[in-house]
Formats: sequence, structure tokens, C-alpha cells
Amino acid sequence: MSAAATKIIQPLPLNSTTTNRSPHKALFNPLKATPISSFPASTRKLRLTKPNSPHARRRSTSIFAVSDVVQEKKPTSNTFFPNLLITKEEGLELYEDMILGRSFEDMCAQMYYRGKMFGFVHLYNGQEAVSAGFIKLLKNEDCVVSTYRDHVHALSKGVPARAVMSELFGKTTGCCRGQGGSMHMFSKEHNVLGGFAFIGEGIPVATGAAFTSKYRREVLKEGDCDHVTLAFFGDGTCNNGQFFECLNMAALWKLPIVFVVENNLWAIGMSHLRATSDPEIWKKGPAFGIPGVHVDGMDVLKVREVAKEAITRARRGEGPTLVECETYRFRGHSLADPDELRDASEKAHYAARDPITALKKYMVENNLASEAELKVIEKKIDEVVEEAVEFADSSPLPGRSQLLENVFADPRGFGIGPDGKYRCEDPKFTEGTAHV
Amino acid sequence: MTVVFLGIGATAALTSANSFDSKKLHISSRRLVSETKSTFFVVRSDGRLNSGSNRRAQILITNAVATKADSSPATKPGHELLLFEALREGLEEEMERDARVCVMGEDVGHYGGSYKVTKDLANKYGDLRVLDTPIAENSFTGMAIGAAMTGLRPIIEGMNMGFLLLAFNQISNNCGMLHYTSGGQFTIPVVIRGPGGVGRQLGAEHSQRLESYFQSIPGIQMVACSTPYNAKGLMKAAIRSENPVILFEHVLLYNLKERIPDEEYVLNLEEAEMVRPGEHITILTYSRMRYHVMQAAKTLVNKGYDPEVIDIRSLKPFDLHTIGNSVKKTHRVLIVEECMRTGGIGASLTAAINENFHDYLDAPVVCLSSQDVPTPYAGTLEEWTVVQPAQIVTAVEQLCH
Repeated sequence: MSAAATKIIQPLPLNSTTTNRSPHKALFNPLKATPISSFPASTRKLRLTKPNSPHARRRSTSIFAVSDVVQEKKPTSNTFFPNLLITKEEGLELYEDMILGRSFEDMCAQMYYRGKMFGFVHLYNGQEAVSAGFIKLLKNEDCVVSTYRDHVHALSKGVPARAVMSELFGKTTGCCRGQGGSMHMFSKEHNVLGGFAFIGEGIPVATGAAFTSKYRREVLKEGDCDHVTLAFFGDGTCNNGQFFECLNMAALWKLPIVFVVENNLWAIGMSHLRATSDPEIWKKGPAFGIPGVHVDGMDVLKVREVAKEAITRARRGEGPTLVECETYRFRGHSLADPDELRDASEKAHYAARDPITALKKYMVENNLASEAELKVIEKKIDEVVEEAVEFADSSPLPGRSQLLENVFADPRGFGIGPDGKYRCEDPKFTEGTAHV
Repeated sequence: MTVVFLGIGATAALTSANSFDSKKLHISSRRLVSETKSTFFVVRSDGRLNSGSNRRAQILITNAVATKADSSPATKPGHELLLFEALREGLEEEMERDARVCVMGEDVGHYGGSYKVTKDLANKYGDLRVLDTPIAENSFTGMAIGAAMTGLRPIIEGMNMGFLLLAFNQISNNCGMLHYTSGGQFTIPVVIRGPGGVGRQLGAEHSQRLESYFQSIPGIQMVACSTPYNAKGLMKAAIRSENPVILFEHVLLYNLKERIPDEEYVLNLEEAEMVRPGEHITILTYSRMRYHVMQAAKTLVNKGYDPEVIDIRSLKPFDLHTIGNSVKKTHRVLIVEECMRTGGIGASLTAAINENFHDYLDAPVVCLSSQDVPTPYAGTLEEWTVVQPAQIVTAVEQLCH
């Protein structure tokens, strides 16, 4: 990566009045507690070295992707807040999406403790800004790949709440016919490519979806194919080989993909700082020639601005972007996690920055919507979630015949039985009575 | 041996061969992507025709591969080529036919493939369709799976099958399972192929047989080719299949020469191949061991035995029909494989035969496999890890008395 190819654009934090920053200062310094973006991970005292100051100085050629919109909008002299970044419709859409995510996940917890769903359920409370900020900018044909914390990604992409709830209840009406479960939400209609239980496993799949987009444009000559893929994963995944391998390949072939890191500082009970030699994940992008951006993941508007730029970059064929969203999960890693390791003060700090409350405040204070209008949305979502539960409750459980139905796309894969016929030709085969 | 005829032009010849009624044959209209619609149909190894409907037809002649192919007046002389060229021919024909077929792997593009299976394809189809990947098996296998889910039909080449151990996560969790986990929404029509098996003193890590590791993965099919004829046919079938298929090639078989038909043909992925019909004992084998078996068969014939040799070809699922018919005829089974003894294909096959055909067996199923040993470098030691023809002869003699 030559210096000539590197464009140095200074990032503009949204609620700062300065328009220029020295290139030496990193966008945020985890050791310094600043009011804008502090990093008070409770195990900070465990860090023995200060890794970042020399690195920050050397990193003067880091690329920062920045939103053209943000760059142009210089704040007016009287206001501390930036110019409005969203219209009323967009604001309501974001609000509704985040409320849906929150209510849905809260209902999941209730249903889990009532014995309606089982296994490992990982809830997204607190991280809604990332999902809403990114996914609401996508077209239907764009793909989303997620991890086990995928309910809200699926909902944001457009999978109906009732389909997701049914899937969680293990009913045939679920989006994956009850065969996937909480960690494997798929939807062909809405281009949700999963839902993966092993971390990092989905990133190559997302890279492949982006590859298809490029292939369609360049080999199949579908010139207007500009589909983008978003890969969501966490901080723990960023120490995994698949992450780095895919950053390399995506950059190499300029694939239309955005790597979205939901850095919620914890991988079950492992603090990000204890697991990572250089905890600033956005800095790993430039090592592969990819712009790396850090954004406050508790602020849906900031996320949305960065997402706009990253997605537009990908659509234009300029290649991938690595976006690190600093966010937080209000609940434990999963419903089975007692969540004892995290400091109360840390939780309180992020609870005070609840993205839903923040957006509500923004919309009300800027006269985009009234409290009453937002209440209407909340009520509507309550009904949607209730209906989803009712639907799931009343849906049928899978029958025996479903067991063998989707193992192979072509059921001849089950082979030829001793009688010379394909096993799948046996009419009772899908009931699982045929010998496999 | 299967013989295939193109629909056009060969119908006259068909009626001249015994007892076809070509009007009864139903040529299925496949969803071909290319403009040219070539009708063809597949003759199964026991002579039955398979073309969208399971109409039966008269049995055609089957022959051991060691002898010259029986040329009926209908077939053109065909052309001679080496096994790796046959693979390339099959691959190229499929790439020509369907623009969504692409290849991914290390050195498949500019280098032409470490065993030249993809030679010149990058020049013809471009760097994106024949993609040189970085050395990241797990990730590019996953990438192929993602591409398959979104509409492409990739072929993943492992430079050596052993390298695909690094891709086990993606092959097991995603390749095999995503169709099921997504409730049938996404298909994964990938082909994973590469050379494996024990070569000539390649050392332990380059001499691995992965069929035993992959066989438990639900949702995948495994086939092993052994001749240029079935290599091309299986390659084409694997590419056309909607299921993920693992095609096992063997390092030592790439330079086998054979005459194959000029006409297009596709073999059946789930079927076994009758190599040599016989009466006394059924010998089940696949890949390179087929040749050790045929060599032993020569000795056995001289000693007065009549072994029936079947190349099972489909490692998962097993063709229990062909195998069963043979067991019912001979009542004795010998399995000869290159897999490790423990948990290999032979072990599964033994279990399947015992379960299904126990009543027909006059003797326990005997399985000759490689030793449970990392393949040594030294030539003499390496020879002793795999099954040699002399051992096969001894085993047959013991079984038949």
C-alpha cells in the first residue's frame, strides 16, 4: 500500500466544534477518560503496558473513512448539536426498529424463563444502534451475515417477528422451520445468510456473498449489480484467523463488503483488553489496506453516518471497510450467563447511554417527533411482539416427517437402497422409517 | 462400464443395438443455462437408463477397465487422454455450459493447478472465474460456500486433500449443514476436490486420506474417481448436483491413460461401478486400490478363482444395490481400501453389509486397510502401510476356503 494511494482524511466527531484534528492523536485513547468516548473497561488496571501512544504516532498514515455529509455539515455557531442528520421518517424508522429489537429480546428472556425456548439464547439489548444504523440503509438484495446474536439483525433486515419467534420456539412456522434455532436465523427472502454458532465462521460466508456480487457484475455482466454484504461479529472474533484471512481477501479483490465489529468489550467473561494485544480493532484495517473507522456504537446517528459512507464505498466498487462500533450488551452473554464479572459502574455508564433513550431525546429536542408519537410506536411494537408470541405458541411442532427433509437439496444423496431404488423414492422415507 | 449416446444422430444406431425402444425414452428437459440444448442420457453401470424417469432398458455390456472398451457400432472411437486431462475436460465442459461455475483454490489460475487440472482455464475464463486464492483454506472454502448460497457454483480445489483439514470447520459446519439449518432455504452446490492418498514417499502430511474424517458429516456426498472415464463423468455429475460433493482424486492416478467417448456423458454420483463380474467372491474397492485389486485379480484368475470386483465409487452414500446383488451372488466379501483401519470407509461398509446382507454371507466380511500409522517417508515402510496385491491374493484364498 503506497503512501500515494492513502488518502488522509481527518475524521470529524459529530459533537465537537473543532473541524481539524492533529493526525497524531488517535480517534480515541482508551486510557484517557474523555466525555465523548471513554473506554472504562473494568479490568483496565490489569493492563501492564500502554500500547497505544507510540502506535498512534506511527499511524499517521491511517486511513479514516469519513462521511461526506458529516464533513460538509459544519455546526452553526449557536448550537452544540450538529445539524439534523435525519428526517422525521428516517428517525421514526430507526426508533421503531430499535424498539422492536429491544422489546423482542426482552420477550425472549421472558419466554425462555417460562420454558418456551431452550438452549443458548444470546440477547442483543443495548446494541440496537448498530443493527438499526447499518441495516436500515440496505436494500432487500443486500446480504447480512451475523453471529449467534442474530435475532435483531434478522428483524432489522425485515424477517417478520413472528417468524423469528416461531423459530425460537422450535415450530415449523419458524424462518428455518424450527431446524436452526436462536443461533441460526436464515432468510432467503430477506437475504439473511445466518446465524452462525462458531465465531468467525460467518465472515468467510459474507466474503463469499460479496464475491458473488462482484462476479455477477464482472463475469455475468450484470452491470447494475451493486449488492453489498454486511458481516457483523464481535470483539472476540477479531483475534480469530478467519477475520484476518477475510480482511486480506476482501481487500485483495475489492469486494463489496463492510466488516462491522460490534465491540461490546466482553467475550463471555473475557475482557477484550485481556485477550487482545492491540485492542483498537479499527487499526487492523489499514494493515490490509482497508479503511478502519471507530464509531460510538451507542449513538445510532453516528453509526448511520459511518455506515452510509462505508456502504456507498462498497457499492461504488471501492472495496471493503472495517468499522468498529464501540457498544455494550446490557444483559449477559447469553441467558445462561450470570454476568458476574462486569463492573457495576461500567454497566451503569453504558446504561446511561442507552441508544433508544438517546434517539428519543434527539428526536424530541429537535422537534422531529413528539413523545406521543413515539409512544404510539412503542405500543404498536408491543402488539407486534405479543402477536408474534401468540403465533409461535399456536404454531405446530415439527412432525417426524420433517427430520430428513432438508438434509440434502437433492435427496438422491441418501443413496440407493438394497432394492435398487433411491431411498428417497420410498414414500415413507421422510417419516424417517427408511433405513439411512 | 457405462456407454452413453447423444440423442441426436445416434438413434439409428440405438435401434440397431439390441432392444432399445428409443421412443420410450424420456429425455428430461433440464434447466440448462447455456443456449445449446444437448440431449443426452446416462446409462447406469448395470445397463439401466436414467434420464429423468427411471425407465428400464436392456442391459448393455459391462467390461473390466483393464480390457479394451467394447466398441459397439454406435460409439465413435473416442479420444485418449490422461486422468487429469479428463478432469479438466469435464470441468471445462461444465464451465462452458454454465457461467456460474467457477473454480477457487491455490495456484489454480496462472499456475494451472498443481496437478494441471485447471491448466489454461484462467486464460480462457479470466482471473475471477478461475480464482487464485491466498493460502487460507478455511476462509476460501467458507467464501465458496457463501458464493454458493448466493447463486454461484464454485469448485474448491485443495492443493492436496490434506490441506482441507484446515477447512474442516467450514466443510463440516457450513457446507454440510447449512441447507438443513436454514430449513432448506439455501443450497450449497459446491464441489470440493483434490488429490489425496498415499503417493511416492511424500511424507505423512501429504499422504492423507480424508474420506474417513469427512464421512460422518451429514449433508455431503463423497465420490472417488479412479479412471479417466469415471473422473470426467463424476466431475460433471458433481458440478451439476445441488448437493455439496467431495470428489476424491488420487495423486498416483493422474497419469492414467484411457480412451473415453467423444460424446458428452455424466455418471451417477450414487452408483458403484462393476469392474469385473465374477462368481466366487465380491471385492469392494475404490480409487488407487482398484488397481492393486485388478493386479491381484490376474493372479487369482490364474489360480482358478473368479473374483467379482466392484469399484464402489460413491463413498457416501454406498450403493447398496450393486453391492447387495453381488453379495447375494458370491456370499463372500473382501473390502480393499487405502483408508486407515480405524473408522475408515471399510469400517462403515462392513457395518452396512452386515446389517443389510447378513443372511447372505457365508463368511465374515474381511476388510484390508492401511495400517493405522502416519505414512513413513522411507519407501519400504511406505509400501508396508498400504495394502499390496499379494495381501489381497492371500485374503481371497483364505476367504474362499
